[in-house]
Amino acid sequence: MTGMEGLRDFWQRYRRNKGAIVGLAVLVLVLATALLGPTLFPGNPWDMAGAPFQKPFDPEFPLGTDTLGRDILMGIVHGARVSLLIGFVATFAAVSLGVILGSVAGYYGGLVDDLLMRFTEFFQTIPSFVFAIVLVAIFTPSIASIVAAIAIVSWPPVARLVRGEFLTLRTREFVQASVVLGRSSRHIIFVEILPNAVSPIIVAGSLMVATAILIESSLSFLGLGDPNMMSWGFMIGSARTVLRTAWWMSFFPGLAILLTVLALNLVGEGLNDALNPRLTREGR
Amino acid sequence: MPTKRFLTPLALSAMLLLLPGAPADAQQPQRGGTLSSIISPEPPTLMIGISQTTPTAIVAGKIYESLLRYSTDLKPMPGLAKSWEISADGRTYTFRLHENVKWHDGQPFTAEDVVFTATKYLIEVHPRSRPIMQRAESVTAPDRNTVVFQLKEPFAPFIMAWEPSTAPIVPKHIYDGTNYRNNPANQTPIGTGPFKLQEWVRGSHIHLVRNDEYWQPGKPYLDAIYYRVLPDAGARVVAMETGQTHLSAFADIETFEVPRLKALPHLELTTKGYEYLAQMVWLDFNLRNPPMNDRRFRQAVYYAMDRDFIRDRIWFGLGKIATGPIHSSIPHYDANVPKYPLDLKKSEQLLDEMGLKRGADGVRVRVTLDALPYGDIYKRLAEYTKQALARVGIEVTIRTSDVAGWGDRVRNWDYEMTHQVLSQLGHPALGVSRLYITSNIRKGVLFSNVNGYTNPRIDELFGKAAVAVEPAEIQAMYSEIQRILVEDVPVAWLLELEFPTFINKQFRNVITSGIGVRDNFADVHMVRQ
Repeated sequence: MTGMEGLRDFWQRYRRNKGAIVGLAVLVLVLATALLGPTLFPGNPWDMAGAPFQKPFDPEFPLGTDTLGRDILMGIVHGARVSLLIGFVATFAAVSLGVILGSVAGYYGGLVDDLLMRFTEFFQTIPSFVFAIVLVAIFTPSIASIVAAIAIVSWPPVARLVRGEFLTLRTREFVQASVVLGRSSRHIIFVEILPNAVSPIIVAGSLMVATAILIESSLSFLGLGDPNMMSWGFMIGSARTVLRTAWWMSFFPGLAILLTVLALNLVGEGLNDALNPRLTREGR
Repeated sequence: MPTKRFLTPLALSAMLLLLPGAPADAQQPQRGGTLSSIISPEPPTLMIGISQTTPTAIVAGKIYESLLRYSTDLKPMPGLAKSWEISADGRTYTFRLHENVKWHDGQPFTAEDVVFTATKYLIEVHPRSRPIMQRAESVTAPDRNTVVFQLKEPFAPFIMAWEPSTAPIVPKHIYDGTNYRNNPANQTPIGTGPFKLQEWVRGSHIHLVRNDEYWQPGKPYLDAIYYRVLPDAGARVVAMETGQTHLSAFADIETFEVPRLKALPHLELTTKGYEYLAQMVWLDFNLRNPPMNDRRFRQAVYYAMDRDFIRDRIWFGLGKIATGPIHSSIPHYDANVPKYPLDLKKSEQLLDEMGLKRGADGVRVRVTLDALPYGDIYKRLAEYTKQALARVGIEVTIRTSDVAGWGDRVRNWDYEMTHQVLSQLGHPALGVSRLYITSNIRKGVLFSNVNGYTNPRIDELFGKAAVAVEPAEIQAMYSEIQRILVEDVPVAWLLELEFPTFINKQFRNVITSGIGVRDNFADVHMVRQ
């Protein structure tokens, strides 16, 4: 099976899930907004462009203005970049950490496994959102501390997932063959086993991006966002007190979060279908 | 022969009638009724001598009293003292106390309680009152109802230091010889005020009941006051709308909700009652660090701040643009000072002069601003400041932290710029000089001269003005102080704050003084409809 064929096959299975197609379309739109938005809507989202509390569906400010007269549409467009950036970077960091710890634990087993899994459980026992709040509050809110906090609270499930995969894969013949051939442990972990464990990791990762965006939004909502970054969570947080008088200030950023997180979940499900065809199709 | 400034009861009642806020209807106040007020945040304690936070002052102001109160134009009014005299040399203050005043535990209140409070209690526990009381050479009680303060040197603001949160009178028989801070009586406050503590359910409410033995016959009119702890701003608005609570003050109601509540027929809005506190918000520069140590930079920042925007868009019109260090409602204010209108050209010119050229990214210089952690309005002020200064090429990075973190940074001089808001306490010598005199540069002390401003002429003028006796001479000195400071811009004064007080129209005479909702509420009464 060539790479091209594999990809076509993958796409065949992916598009069988209608929701996943919709999700992908929305996600592409959001990604395009994040990449091109600042070029299409140049300017500073923090500028107090108009009068505060302007209602939406106005030709000048289609989504209205916030409590200081900032354009909500500009905020959403520019905030897409921050929200997605945080989502992807935090997920990348969490997945990397989880993969390393999980694979080492699963491959070596025994005492190493015990130690690493107790360490993982230590993190798992702390309610993740509360833990994130504590971390950000201690290290003063900034984009770096938020990404770090999200990564620190998100890696344990990845580690456990990877460990599980490794536990089953390391008993397979191809792994035993590598051992007999005298390959180094590093080679076996990263070249032999990991590629075979990658599908569940991708699925978990895509869902984790959605969670990371939600955590960032929740932190910003509580006033623990980076005060120098326009993000969707910040917009909702700063509009929270005026919810009754100015619904549009929190509605539109909320809608943006909802659509993005939903899209990421649908895509994650589609990936799951496409990458584990036997698991998902059998029951239907 | 000392000149006497006597207030006869007749003159007094005439003065009270002239007070704004007094109802025009001649209806005789009726006994009865329960007032339910918002309190937010919950006070840490009701022992007003130990905590000077606003929530404590609001609730405990009904329980404890001081010798005086102050009208909305900051003239002294009788409190526990029915009259007072100041000798011509400005060194002897004689207070004559009301007779038949009783503590809530039934013990008689006498001049000895005042002597104890002034010479022992306040000097030990009250940071703001300590330097004032230390000016007394002797405090004596020639008889049960007279107290004489003999000052080391004249100090005209002394007469302004007698409102309940600055100098609450505490019972000698309970506190003398004990550890004031740990005395169990702090949990069950004993005062002379018109209301007594009945119950405090933490996190829910504080229930005060009428003091039937109150020294003003027939008063108070209300049977009880409930202070409801409502930490959520949205819940507070609803409580006022539905009539669940009858009174809100300070920042209870967010500024953008004010127009909506004002339109409700059952609520009355007043911004009176904050004259004594006279709160001002400013942008503070740490003068130890470049570029803030250069006056031209501070002036450039001042020229770049649109204070009309701050008043109209952030405070929704609730406030007055500050012209200098002294709030316009307190004595010795002078409007004749250099002005800093919004002028971006001038601002950029000053920055150019300093050699702070715009880089390729348009940025001249980068500074950090610690946002004041007192709620959303100050967050928006920080966001506005960042945008305003970006226009002249100053890139501001906002740093946020909690109240404790902010306080630690500012009092240890570990900041570049921050916003501050502070009360001026009825007189420049009580609330203003502390921020600019060299002797008050004290590391680790919040609300001192944290930014490190030092100017020998300012030190001299504040020192002399406090002890001068001749009114014209005093005014001349305070005017010079204001001109020098405004020229120097040690901080950029932004706004004199006005707070919306909403009162349910069932209640009358709620705000009758310059102490506002922190006053004792002996005159508040309910109108039955």
